[in-house]
Amino acid sequence: MPKDHGIGASSKRREDVRFLTGEGNYTDDINIAGQTYVHFLRSDVAHGTITNIDSSAAEAMDGVLRVFTAKDFEAVGGIPCGWQVTDKFGEPMQEPKHPVLAEGKVRYVGDPIAAVVAETPELARDAAEAIVVDIDELPAVVDMKAALTDGATKVHDDLTSNLCYDWGFVEENKAAVDDAIANAAHVTTLELVNNRLVANPMEPRVAIGDYSRGTDDYTLYTTSQNPHVIRLLMGAFVLGIPEHKLRVVAPDVGGGFGTKIFHYAEEAFVTFAAKAVNRPVKWTSSRSEAFISDAHGRDHVTKIELALDKDNNFTALRCETYANMGAYLSTFAPSVPTWLHGTLLAGNYTTPLVYTNVKAVFTNTVPVDAYRGAGRPEATFQLERVVDKAARELGVDPTELRRQNFIKPDQFPYDTPVAVTYDTGNYHATLDKALEMSDYANFDKRVAESKSRGKLRGLGVAHFIEACGIAPSNLVGQLGARAGLYESATVRVNATGSISVLTGSHSHGQGHETTFPQVIAEMIGIDESQIDIVHGDTSKTPMGMGTYGSRSIAVGGSAMVRAAEKVINKAKKIAAHLMEASEADIELADGQFTVAGTDKSVAWGDVTLAAYVPHNYPLEDIEPGLEETAFYDPSNFTYPSGAYFCEVEVDPETGEVDVLGFTAADDFGTVINPMIVEGQVHGGVAQGIGQALLENCSYDDNGQLLSGSYMDYAMPRASDLPSFDVDHSCQTPCTHNPLGVKGCGEAGAIGSPPALVNGVIDALHRGGYPVEHINMPLSPSRVWEAIQSMK
Amino acid sequence: MHLTDSREISADRQTVWAALLSADVLKECVPGCQEMTGSPEDGFEATVVQKVGPVKATFKGAVKVSDVVEGDSLTLTGEGKGGAAGFAKGGAKVSLEDLPEGGTKLIYDVEAKVGGKLAQLGSRIIDGFAKKMADQFFERFQQVVEGPAEVGEDAVEGEDGDKKGWLKKVFSS
Repeated sequence: MPKDHGIGASSKRREDVRFLTGEGNYTDDINIAGQTYVHFLRSDVAHGTITNIDSSAAEAMDGVLRVFTAKDFEAVGGIPCGWQVTDKFGEPMQEPKHPVLAEGKVRYVGDPIAAVVAETPELARDAAEAIVVDIDELPAVVDMKAALTDGATKVHDDLTSNLCYDWGFVEENKAAVDDAIANAAHVTTLELVNNRLVANPMEPRVAIGDYSRGTDDYTLYTTSQNPHVIRLLMGAFVLGIPEHKLRVVAPDVGGGFGTKIFHYAEEAFVTFAAKAVNRPVKWTSSRSEAFISDAHGRDHVTKIELALDKDNNFTALRCETYANMGAYLSTFAPSVPTWLHGTLLAGNYTTPLVYTNVKAVFTNTVPVDAYRGAGRPEATFQLERVVDKAARELGVDPTELRRQNFIKPDQFPYDTPVAVTYDTGNYHATLDKALEMSDYANFDKRVAESKSRGKLRGLGVAHFIEACGIAPSNLVGQLGARAGLYESATVRVNATGSISVLTGSHSHGQGHETTFPQVIAEMIGIDESQIDIVHGDTSKTPMGMGTYGSRSIAVGGSAMVRAAEKVINKAKKIAAHLMEASEADIELADGQFTVAGTDKSVAWGDVTLAAYVPHNYPLEDIEPGLEETAFYDPSNFTYPSGAYFCEVEVDPETGEVDVLGFTAADDFGTVINPMIVEGQVHGGVAQGIGQALLENCSYDDNGQLLSGSYMDYAMPRASDLPSFDVDHSCQTPCTHNPLGVKGCGEAGAIGSPPALVNGVIDALHRGGYPVEHINMPLSPSRVWEAIQSMK
Repeated sequence: MHLTDSREISADRQTVWAALLSADVLKECVPGCQEMTGSPEDGFEATVVQKVGPVKATFKGAVKVSDVVEGDSLTLTGEGKGGAAGFAKGGAKVSLEDLPEGGTKLIYDVEAKVGGKLAQLGSRIIDGFAKKMADQFFERFQQVVEGPAEVGEDAVEGEDGDKKGWLKKVFSS
């Protein structure tokens, strides 16, 4: 029988009660007495020199407190970048200044030029319209390859070119890779685009700045995945506010998907302006504004080559990628195409030689940064597409070519040629599971059935590996991270035995409030309802790094376990005292401390009460109270993996793709809450299918965003998706964290795009249209054109 | 967005040329034009109210006349700022040719660009919109220059008659 509580139970998401009944407390629900509103006047040209800003008419309008421009921020730092990449020549990347408000030049449509603070949002908006800005328009830099040509217009005049960095990895392997490809029995080459995306969390970004003149304290309420990171970046690098004077609160957050990791100019603005006007200042992004101010995702242009020997063993892989940075470096932008991408190119395979070259390029577009998966979807997409193409060229079953080249179960821990060591995995097991779940054996019958209706059926296969639980601090420090990536937790036991867990991790949909108590409940043996999770407030939780990179349970959960272990050790000392027994004989199970081999016992609540009412207490040995904090910094990433199969049907007359079935066989290590894991996979797969089939962020040659609303940016809907078939019974627990967990938040978005595209290509081949590749999204017009090109 | 088209106008080249350079005629012909002041030498100032898809805005902007080859060809370029709606800018190269059977052939080559919210929300409809604007402009221009229809209802005749008088006034001044 499945467990009904603790680790492994599908406990219902307790946070959903408030979310589904309208009782959530999102940033926009917060209103502070005396609050004012800011509207940002944003550039409507992609590139230009600001020759004049006349805000006199706006300032004269009733209800306008103040108009801010770049000159108000002269004494303030720029928005910092949190990761420095060193290029293949050993030089640091080019890092332009990123002002809070545009200084002298505008560099993308959406670049904030001026900000009006007024009594109401409407007044602020009207006043912004009254500001006259003169801009001498300059040619827009949009295409990455054109941006790198000699004489191209520069996005930043003070940089030598539009090249942020030219990165090679592993540079020492380059000659050997070139040599292996030159001498291979077979080389499969593919050029592809990983399409640019807009994250589109359901809740747009919001920020409220508050300042107390009496105490000189600042508070920022913001839609963030990591309030402590924002406090550090904004306090130390932008506004010069020490941590003890700055509180950052990220209350309920309605989805992040990466785009709410970063420190944005609007956050610094409201915090700064709150002091300047001595009133709270609130900004609420509209959906239109989100399209031109939230960091975008993906946008890679890649050439990949896979070399095989005469027996179809992979011998080398070479990848050349152009990665769009947009106009400025967002917080983690440089890390995405490099360390989150190049280190994953071994995939699930024993390819001995891998070389990646990445050119990161500045363009006059919205900054690009991490989006669900961040670098790993780009790596997985190109690798799984080129492996699929190789199988087709060699006439072998794509599952068999993969199986032949998999790292074998007995090869773990496995050192890849791209600097990471996979601790555990069993790719054969997930493949076998997916073959069974998808009824692969009878697929040909289904092809025939579709054919009888004039449709082309295909099955796409993709495997993935990801590096999650993003940490170890000493490793990421060597790779250029300007922050540590540990996590923290405080387990605060109350006098009557209930527990508050304060975590530096942050939930914006992941379900921490449900899963974290399951772990504590398992450890102590008390009911989950006795445990609450506190997160999202720097004044409450210890310094932690937040949630991204599928790290919450692997890093944050591990910190919580370490803190709970300390609590239990102390509680055992108290219990030993109460029962006049030796501490070594005390056992804890089902919320009862017992003395081994006796019938003596004392309840959890009696011990916790003793800790806070220490009348009968070993005061000479231990302090009163029961509260412990732990910081956890793992020794390695975790490596979730999986096999994803996508069954599609293509209408050859219209090019329309119908996703008929999707199978996900994942290895996430230990699973805390199967229902939440399944939900995470569902969400990730939906987003991945969205990228593969529907979503595309498109700019014209002048740098105007063409897909800037839901009229032109197609989000996936329930009717676009099949019922997913999800399994996570293949479990090879992580060896280096106390729970054996690996993380599941991004897997669906990583594994599904290549599965879908491989499925469509398979359908076209089976239907007699040997199309090599179609760039995402696989819209009906693109698929139809590909079919026509084969006629 | 780029389009080329032509119209045959039953008026001599000099009349067509003069109309092209008249602020009053331009005001009459630019769809949604509320105000048009200025001269060919100094450029025109215009206020235009237009709705592009979901975005309705008042555009304030300047129209410049350049590349003037007297009686033969010119280029009109304009940029309108629509506040929060973004901007629209464009140019029309216009040239005139005598028609063998009398009248003037007006050839236009229009280029239009939009930015900001107009591009963000209206990109799919902007090509059609720009074509409609250009068609309307030259349609009206033709009407204004040619004067009243040869055969018309009384009411229309009256209106056109006024217009003809007004046109004559413009050209005689």
